[in-house]
Amino acid sequence: MARRHDGTADGRLRTLGEGGRAYGLIAWMWVRSTLAYRTSFALMTLGNFASSALDFVALLLMFSRVHALGGFALPEVAFLYGTCSLSLGLADLAVGNAERLGARIRDGTLDTLLLRPAPVYAQIAADRFALRRLGRTSQGLLVLLWSTGRIEVDWTPGRILMVPLMVVCGAVIFGAVFTAGAAFQFWAQDAAELQNSLTYGGNALLQYPPTVFARDLIRGVTFIVPLAFVNWLPALWLLGRPYPLGLPPWTAFLGPAVAALMVAGAALAWRHGVRAYRSTGS
Amino acid sequence: MDGVAAEPLIELDSVEKVFTVRRRAGRLRRTRHEVRAVDGLTFQVPRGEMVGYIGPNGAGKSTTIKMLTGILVPSGGRLRVAGIDPSLQRARLARRIGVVFGQRTTLWWDLPLKDSYELVRRMYRVPAAVFRANLDRCIELLDLAPLLDVPVRQLSLGQRMRGDITAALLHDPDVLYLDEPTIGLDVVSKAKVRSFLRETNAERGTTVLLTTHDLTDIEQLCHRVMVIDHGRLVFDGDLAGLRAAADGERTLVVDLAEELPPIEGVPGARTVKVEGPRQWLAFPAERSAAPLVTAIAARYPLVDLAVREPDIEALIAELYAGGGAARRDPGGADPAAPDPLRP
Ligand SMILES: Nc1ncnc2c1ncn2[C@@H]1O[C@H](COP(=O)(O)OP(=O)(O)OP(=O)(O)O)[C@@H](O)[C@H]1O
Ligand SMILES: [Mg+2]
Repeated sequence: MARRHDGTADGRLRTLGEGGRAYGLIAWMWVRSTLAYRTSFALMTLGNFASSALDFVALLLMFSRVHALGGFALPEVAFLYGTCSLSLGLADLAVGNAERLGARIRDGTLDTLLLRPAPVYAQIAADRFALRRLGRTSQGLLVLLWSTGRIEVDWTPGRILMVPLMVVCGAVIFGAVFTAGAAFQFWAQDAAELQNSLTYGGNALLQYPPTVFARDLIRGVTFIVPLAFVNWLPALWLLGRPYPLGLPPWTAFLGPAVAALMVAGAALAWRHGVRAYRSTGS
Repeated sequence: MDGVAAEPLIELDSVEKVFTVRRRAGRLRRTRHEVRAVDGLTFQVPRGEMVGYIGPNGAGKSTTIKMLTGILVPSGGRLRVAGIDPSLQRARLARRIGVVFGQRTTLWWDLPLKDSYELVRRMYRVPAAVFRANLDRCIELLDLAPLLDVPVRQLSLGQRMRGDITAALLHDPDVLYLDEPTIGLDVVSKAKVRSFLRETNAERGTTVLLTTHDLTDIEQLCHRVMVIDHGRLVFDGDLAGLRAAADGERTLVVDLAEELPPIEGVPGARTVKVEGPRQWLAFPAERSAAPLVTAIAARYPLVDLAVREPDIEALIAELYAGGGAARRDPGGADPAAPDPLRP
């Protein structure tokens, strides 16, 4: 991603291949070294699971007092919760570490990544690859599975296919936000907060049905940072609910296009960031 | 490959790096400020050469090395390493170069050395046999065997440096950049690292660009020295030329039979110090000491004598101080320098 010499499709593919390979090498090394301490790994994963499960418990508590939230019943809200948690969990697992870029710029260790024959992005995303993040992912998956058995949907093959598709596209969209946020740190090294508010904050938003939020907020997450495509729009299609802002029905299927667009944008931002990088004085 | 071998391995043509920094000026106001870290640098290094790259703090040495590795994109000029433009083909160049930053490790902080090396092997796709041979050689010459299972963060500075040098050489790089590789090392470690570098350069033909503040490194390793100051090359030549360029003076130390007033009347020499029967006379570095000795022996009771070469540290200090003058007055560079200073 960081190289721009070879604008040809072939060159891009090769860079992508190199990046994937380097990512695999580094991630595997971290997995091996975490697995060397099995107990600590198990505890960390459990902790990760529990901390994200707490969110869901809060949701359950709320539903012990009310029967619907913005017109959505518990299984429906749980479906929203499960899809976006799983998407965010996957994105966080895969590229969440890119947010350490700012710290690496400040302490000067980004330089060492630039010395190796692999794209910097792959190296920094795989750095400290933490399998314990599977805790959040598996918790999201469990809630998703539980809810799919309870929501009232006429499960045609198309609808069944929509579930994994929206999870993957959602993960890619979150991944692009992580990446763009990290790229922004090339210019502002303390910008990790901004990106966190979009990813973790966005996730907290997407867990609830859009009907409980103000129109302006929904506009923001549809047109500015298009997080609505992570789960809201496809889920509304599945559940047969009206769309917010009077959006046409086909917007439910825009997930892949939005994800592709965001990846392109994030890649561009990253590439510019690497070119603008100025190292430190020592 | 022949075409590549014929041309210089490292090539810089009017390379510049300008940093824009913001400074506080008053309470809220911030002014933009340009730092010309590298200011029109032109030089070439042929394959197999070992070059010392020295200069005072902030001269632009590290910045140059960062541009030569592709870490930093130059603000201007043309730069090629092994025919590759570093900032455009950074990853491709990475396979051809090895880099050691004395100030920080390039290894994985939490991994044992040998895991770091294994990762390097796979990342650089080093053939197993080559890897084994290179690693064994380093283990032997740098005494690495007891350290292989130790995580990098637990290594002492000197141990880590040896570990870093090894990592930089596992993939048989054409060029090795060393930015202060002996910083903080004790005398024994320094000697070990130096002889290792000398051998690597001699046996493998690895081109080496070495930055250091320890001039003994330069004296022992490099035939050629480049001095930069304020981002400009102020000297490029061999050590002897450097001595001449810095108007070095040699010192003749004479022991007389008795305490006498300062020696006078010896053409080309002046007495700089008297301590009992011992006297110090300074004379130009390029002159022979023989006529002075004859002149003194003819008139004074000479018991013993010694000639001291100019102290290279003092020379460099003089050169650094004079660098500003050379830049202000392009014609003022010392004509004795083998490669007169570029304005
Ligand atoms: N990332 C940066 N941002 C702003 N200015 C920088 C940066 N890196 C270096 N400089 C400035 O550029 C100049 C050259 O720095 P450089 O690190 O190349 O010096 P050096 O010759 O390696 O010095 P030293 O011997 O102290 O290591 C200095 O004035 C330094 O302040
Ligand atoms: Mg330096």
